[in-house]
Parts: sequence; structure tokens; C-alpha cells
Amino acid sequence: MTNNPYRPRDWDNHPPLIYSDYKSTVLRNPQKPLIPIRQSLTEITGPVYGHDALGPLDHDLTKNAAKNGAPIGERIIVTGQVLDEDGRPVPNTLIEIWQANAAGRYIHIREVHDAPLDPNFLGAGRFMTDESGQYRFITIKPGSYPWGNHLNAWRPAHIHFSLFGPAFASRLVTQMFFEGDPTFPFDPIYNSVPEGARGRLVAKFSMDLTEPEWAHAYVFDIVLRGRHATPMEN
Amino acid sequence: MTKLQQTPSQTLGPFFAYGLTPEQYGYAHKAIAGNTLAAPGVPGEHVRIEGRIFDGAGAPIDDAMIEIWQADSEGHYAGADGDEAVSAGDFGGFGRCGTDDEGGFWFATIKPGAIGDGQAPHIGIIVQARGILNHLFTRIYFADEAAANGADPALKSVPEDRRNTLIAVRSETPAGPVYRFDIHMQGDDETVFFDV
Repeated sequence: MTNNPYRPRDWDNHPPLIYSDYKSTVLRNPQKPLIPIRQSLTEITGPVYGHDALGPLDHDLTKNAAKNGAPIGERIIVTGQVLDEDGRPVPNTLIEIWQANAAGRYIHIREVHDAPLDPNFLGAGRFMTDESGQYRFITIKPGSYPWGNHLNAWRPAHIHFSLFGPAFASRLVTQMFFEGDPTFPFDPIYNSVPEGARGRLVAKFSMDLTEPEWAHAYVFDIVLRGRHATPMEN
Repeated sequence: MTKLQQTPSQTLGPFFAYGLTPEQYGYAHKAIAGNTLAAPGVPGEHVRIEGRIFDGAGAPIDDAMIEIWQADSEGHYAGADGDEAVSAGDFGGFGRCGTDDEGGFWFATIKPGAIGDGQAPHIGIIVQARGILNHLFTRIYFADEAAANGADPALKSVPEDRRNTLIAVRSETPAGPVYRFDIHMQGDDETVFFDV
């Protein structure tokens, strides 16, 4: 194993820690500067899962919680490739997703939005990328839902993504949005991302990957931190 | 220059529990990781790490997720010698815990050994919650490792009056050793977070 450290988080591509339009950021982030740390084995290693850690339906959210039928809503394919900054595929890395149902309702016990739960939909899934870093989920297109940040606040429809990549340092948690959502201009979470980078959170509709008589496809590629070309100093 | 730009980070939001920590909260979905890292037979000193997390107003954060990554009792990281996955029952070194109504979290694990590069024994931590747009890195060190802590390069890079925010205090209980590690997002005791 090489011990090359990971490139830093590129703050031109990530939100600031405190973004006051998103009110929950104000008291929940440090006010003192982050302290630089020289990466060591703690940062350049990370949890490794085998393909056997996953269940056979983990990738298919239309089936993995079905009780007596199919979930309501528009069935979609969400697919893409996980890469590092150098364009190298990230194989065998765990992706975890969670989302609201078609009505914009999360199954979470604290969710109070007055929209129906779907007895056949949980909204959680997993995938282990293949040798070329590819993944593919089958799910239901999530609905937009209201939240309490400000009057008439609505989250654009989105799917939460959690990835490890090869190391503790390459961890990424993000959200995938859908092309053409009319609520983008009003969402402080989406707009916390620097303007030039926001578009990379938006999945693109793909006619090529759409399956006839079955489901629209959306493509969402994910880029994790890459590694420096030179090893760590000792 | 890199070819591609990093995908922007976003908050995990308030509703991660059924996706990331489902068994802890009773959802019908298998968890990939939990807060018990070490089965009884795993070599090393079995310890409990517990703490609470507070926001800048001193209120507990009841929808945070704490993740830990650590070496085994001999200072070895699972998977570090290759890409082989960890088998069931082995010490994987990764744990995940959502916080309770009091902002509390805990892990049943073993105390890690030093990894042999001059650093004191420590555990890597990732903190996430609604309102945290970029996950935050910190570390747990151990109060009973004073000599090693004094020589640790990361601790030495932290202003002296803030180092104690990274050091878990040990107590002996009938159930075994407990290390206490509270996290303060802001304030006089603001926890040190690292730019990893």
C-alpha cells in the first residue's frame, strides 16, 4: 500500500462551515479555525467492507422494504461512477443512500410533514462500486418537502449519499438533486455550495440509460479527494 | 492540477437514522456499522467511550452522528496491509453512533495501541449533524497516556490551553474502564477540529 497523503478538501468546492441562511449551521460549527494536521495512517486508512456485507436487494429501494406490493411513485434508475480527482475509478467502495418517498415524506420517527408514508418503501439503500467504480440504484423519485428554516421553505427533491472512498480522509456525505428543480433558487442548503460547484450536485437525465417501458435514468458521478503524488514524510 | 473537481459536501440532515444507524433506532434495515466494535474475545483492553455533544448555546445536539476509526490493541488498522475485507467477529475498527435526546453517544471498543510513528494512541472521529455542511474531524486521546501525549505531533500543534478538549478522562467502573469525551461545537471549551 502506498502511503501518499490525500489532497486537502478544496474549499472552493465545498460550503463554508457557517452559512447563516441555513440557520442550523450557526450554532453547530466551530468558530475557531480548523487546525491543520499531518496525515498519518489514521487518515489514509479506512473501513473496508466486502461485497458480502450487502444484501441482494440493498440496491433496489423499490423492493428492499416491499410488504404487499410496489411503492407508489415514479420508478427511476440512479447510476454513475465514483472517481478521484485524478479521474481514477474508486472500486469496491460502499455507497449508502437515504431519501424521502414520492410524497416527500421521510419514514424517520421525528418527521412531522403531513404527507403519507408508503407501506412498501423505506427509502434506504446501499451499493458497493464495481471494479470500474460504477454503481446503480433502483428507486422512486423523491418528493420535495417543507422544513422549518424559514416561511415557505421547501427542500428540492434530493437523495442523500454517504461514501467512504479508500480512507477516513476521503469520506464524503452529500446530496444529489434533479435537473430543473424549480426550488433551487430558494434552498439555502443547495446554495451554500459555491456557485460554480453547485451544478455538480445535480443528476442529469440520460435517455441512453433510460430503459424502455420501465424507468427513467439519472446519472450522478461523484468525485472524491485524490492522493498526492509523493509519499508522506516520516 | 487535478483533472476533476471534488463533489461538494452537504449535510446529512436530520433524517439519516433509518439509512445509516437503523438498528440503533429500531428501523427494519440491517446496519453496516454500530457502536459495539469489539466482541468479547477481541484482544486488548475493553473500554467504553462515552460523551455528549453540545451546540454553541450549550444545548445537546440530539440528531448528530459520531463515527470513529481506530487501530486494534497492537496499533494495526484493519485492511492496512491490503484490501481484504474484515470478517465477522474480527476487530474492524470502525463504529458509528447516533446521539440520543441528551446528545449522548457511546462506543464499546478496545483501547487502541500506538501505531508506531511517534503518535500517542488515539481514535479518529468524524462529527456530523443537521447544520453541519462539511463533516468535522477530531481525535480522542487518552488521559492515562500523558507521556505519549506530550510527544504527540498533532497534540503539540494545538495551542496548549485547548489540548484538553481532545483528551478523554478515564474512570474505573464496575463494568470496566470508561473514557469520557464530550464535544463542544463552540464556546470556551470549543473542541479542536482538524483540517485533515
